[in-house]
Amino acid sequence: MSEATLSRVLTLAGGRFTRPVSELGPDDDLFESLGIDSVQALELLSDLERAFGVDLPDYELAEVRSFRDLAERIAARQ
Amino acid sequence: MAEASFRSRSNRFLVELDRERTVAELDYRAFRAEAARCAEALRARGLEAGQRLALLLSNGPQWLIAAYAGIQLGAVLVPLDARLDPAGQASLLAHCGALHLVTDGPVWRRLEAALEAPLRAALVVRPLSDLQQPAEDWDQALPVAPPPLEADSSRSRDDLAAIVYSSGTSGRPKGCLLSHGNYLSQLEALANAFPLEEDDVYLSILPSNHAIDFMCGFLVPLLCGARIVHLRTLRPEWIVDALKTQRVTHLAAVPALLSAIERNLKDRLSGLERLPAAGLRGLRRLNELLTERQPRPWLSRTLLQPIHQALGGRLRTIFAGGAPVPVETARFLYGLGIPVAIGYGQTEAGTVITVNRLTPFRAETVGPPLEGVEVKIHEPDAEGRGEVWVRGPNVFQGYLDDPELSAEAFAGGGWLKTGDLGAFDSTGHLCLVGRKKHMIVTPGGKNVYPEELEAKLTGLDVEELAVLPSHSIWPSAPGEHEGLVLVARPRDSKGWFEEVVRRNRRLPAYLRLAGVLIRETPFPKTTSLKLKRHELAEELATRPRADLRRLS
Repeated sequence: MSEATLSRVLTLAGGRFTRPVSELGPDDDLFESLGIDSVQALELLSDLERAFGVDLPDYELAEVRSFRDLAERIAARQ
Repeated sequence: MAEASFRSRSNRFLVELDRERTVAELDYRAFRAEAARCAEALRARGLEAGQRLALLLSNGPQWLIAAYAGIQLGAVLVPLDARLDPAGQASLLAHCGALHLVTDGPVWRRLEAALEAPLRAALVVRPLSDLQQPAEDWDQALPVAPPPLEADSSRSRDDLAAIVYSSGTSGRPKGCLLSHGNYLSQLEALANAFPLEEDDVYLSILPSNHAIDFMCGFLVPLLCGARIVHLRTLRPEWIVDALKTQRVTHLAAVPALLSAIERNLKDRLSGLERLPAAGLRGLRRLNELLTERQPRPWLSRTLLQPIHQALGGRLRTIFAGGAPVPVETARFLYGLGIPVAIGYGQTEAGTVITVNRLTPFRAETVGPPLEGVEVKIHEPDAEGRGEVWVRGPNVFQGYLDDPELSAEAFAGGGWLKTGDLGAFDSTGHLCLVGRKKHMIVTPGGKNVYPEELEAKLTGLDVEELAVLPSHSIWPSAPGEHEGLVLVARPRDSKGWFEEVVRRNRRLPAYLRLAGVLIRETPFPKTTSLKLKRHELAEELATRPRADLRRLS
């Protein structure tokens, strides 16, 4: 997984939920640091799919805690 | 009953979508053929009548095929929650003693290493990696030419049909024992109250292990010969898309999902360009007036055509329950000509206890009792409020391996103590006020229910809110006044705090909030999105009292 993927994930997540990217750490719990629930996290998956041109099934979220986990899932599907 | 439907019906029964793509379609005959294959695979792996078959997979055709196969074999179904953490799933599997499991790839990938007790067989739908015994790929395990499916005739109404774990938050597993008689009585009453036609389409989005979806999203459509649509993704945009493309007539939703649909519809409404905004508002108002006494689907669809077209034009009823439904959300949807039938139930009561019949629409109540279900208010206070007790053929048999908890659940004479507090209004509709164990007694001797106060704060522009007694967060000194605390997770918007101040001033003195505690992170919830009050209070206990923004 490239650092570029990770930084793009952070930018898109911060953008959707209006959080400054500087406050989001790659290993932070994404639900806690964005203040979102699982339904909102699904909305973020849709954004990431469009941005990266990959399919991210809902079940991928079950094993994702941090932004880094999420970036790894995307990289594995690219 | 089901047999008759298979002989006479050749219409589509199950449709599975992966976003806009249809990935599976089965008519009634094909469903029965698949169930015969599944039953034979399970029988060959040692599943016998009376034994437990655990179902632990996301909604989809295989869930229902396996459930039907299990019923035909006379097995006891144990529907488990696919979104629970693997340790929790493993512990319930061990608790119920199931040796046979039907699961799916994503669940199995996490569960395999967490298992506490060995299984005899696990059929895995769409595995994500190579499988090792006792796990086998569903597609390969099911025989091509099974013997005809014959129902096990040794089962009677009194026999156990399912063990359903209720979403209690205490950690002690509560496996509700439900008999065939429990299910049949509910099924009959529900199909009478809300009959489905053969061309009706039910969208199954609540998890099928949830009593509401198992009943409304499987047994009722099966009995009535209607169609069920499953989605592989539950993103709100695809749910709304499926409503349109599949021309859905019915769905069941919990309040959190209902709010997501409301948000999505509001976005779409603001994007509708064919009608000027003012004209649309007028038509909505007209629709509200004309449907005050009863829903008039045809009229609503004509008046508000652009909205209904975006939803497929056939949506007839959304069943809502599982937690208190925000009155504003229900009114918004009803105002668009989408009737929301708010109900109330418990797994212990076989699913549904009361449900609104929509004549007229009463968003602030959970409706009158379902046919055949007796409901009474135990020891009502001056305002008619007391604990809701339920009796009837729907009431469960007790909790698995827990005589103590089972005994606590019942009063004499077969009455189930629900633990919910409510009152009947003059028209026989039940109004719930809260959970008995959440009730707070004020120094003035008044009973206050946090849920009642939360209802008065709906529509506030915050992500989430909850009302807790201050003593549940911080220990209070003897004699100290017990205050009520609003816990809020704000959005970016401003002005909500002033709105709290304004609304608080209008409340009767004994109901008024003492202060507001801001929390930035999501509230702890069960997988069916019910608030875990106790856990929220525990998490807040680390906060200093100085964080409380006083309101008085």
